[in-house]
Amino acid sequence: MMPQSATANILTVLDTDFKGIIEEWLGTQVKEGVKRSDLFSDAESRNQNRELLKAFSKGIREGVAGEDFDLDDDKWDDLRAVLADVSRERVNRGVTPTEMATFVLALKTPLFKRLEALADSDHSMLLRDVMLVTRLVDAFAIYTNEIFINEREQIIDRQRQEMLELSTPVVELWDRVLTLPLIGTLDSARAQEVMENLLQTILERQAEVVIMDITGVGTVDTQVAQHLLRAAAAVRLMGAECIISGISPMIAQTMVQLGIDVGTVSTRSSIRTALSDALLTVGYVIKKTEAQ
Amino acid sequence: MAGVTSINLVEHALLVSIQDDITDTEILELQDRLSNKIAQNRIDGVILDISALEIVDTFVGRVIAQLAGISKLLAAETYVVGMRPTVAVTLVELGMYLPEIRTALSLTHALAQLREI
Repeated sequence: MMPQSATANILTVLDTDFKGIIEEWLGTQVKEGVKRSDLFSDAESRNQNRELLKAFSKGIREGVAGEDFDLDDDKWDDLRAVLADVSRERVNRGVTPTEMATFVLALKTPLFKRLEALADSDHSMLLRDVMLVTRLVDAFAIYTNEIFINEREQIIDRQRQEMLELSTPVVELWDRVLTLPLIGTLDSARAQEVMENLLQTILERQAEVVIMDITGVGTVDTQVAQHLLRAAAAVRLMGAECIISGISPMIAQTMVQLGIDVGTVSTRSSIRTALSDALLTVGYVIKKTEAQ
Repeated sequence: MAGVTSINLVEHALLVSIQDDITDTEILELQDRLSNKIAQNRIDGVILDISALEIVDTFVGRVIAQLAGISKLLAAETYVVGMRPTVAVTLVELGMYLPEIRTALSLTHALAQLREI
């Protein structure tokens, strides 16, 4: 008798009762409480499971040599592609990592049941098959989690990028007057972003005065002060004037206690005075109308 | 290769356009030529147009500072105009804040400021 390939029984099970496995897989998910009927319709879940199982069978058929397999192999391309889609969908709808892993692991039960039936009472064969299925499904689940985490990291990355852009708007207040309302904390990465953004805008708008408003900056330590002064110095080198406004009494005290020397950079307590000074520099005054 | 960088008289100011490919020798030679020109003519200011300059190092930074120092001794103000954002960032990162020079956005701005003096 020809030695049977290690995956023969598993493939037989998958081929003979593909639909049944999907239904039972769904059933197990319900039992484990990880089928999110609130997020996915029955048809969607069934469809996802079908695609995954199809790709999984294809992987087993082509990607298992002897008893060895590697999910990074080309042979598992399909599964990885489907998994990426499903994970993305699930991450976006707020599925937790546990739910995601349990969802894949739930595939074991229907497979085990059918293997048991197929093995009749050949326990050593059953044991061998169960072990292989376990390894396959575990690898599948681990891989799923990895993709899941990757997806999440991408989301976090994108959000951080968006926040970085959102938090450094350079606003044109008047002809040749720019303002940069700084909010939150000013770390090195943000300071760099702010500075580049600001200098570029100075160039584009030919701005003569820039008001950096730090009303929304919670704390000013030596590091933050350093970033601010460097930005101010760069602005001056470009040929524009820089005013730092929004220095609260608290911050003024801290800055003096820390021994921060602002040098020739002008500072104002409120953006209001900074604005009227800036307008004066470019040749405007704010005037009250007669009628009032 | 002397004389790549041109020195032109505009109103009572000397306009110097520094090219991107200026070498260290040329910049030192420029320093020499410029000091002579300031001394010979009645010059109120020197305008260094560095808008073509894409890369700076400490050497160029120091020469600019020295040019400003020389002009000051010869009773002329130095304006650096058209500095690119990347150049400004680099100079600041090198710790060269150049407090002795005056800066302006463009040639027009520098000339306007010189007229006020």
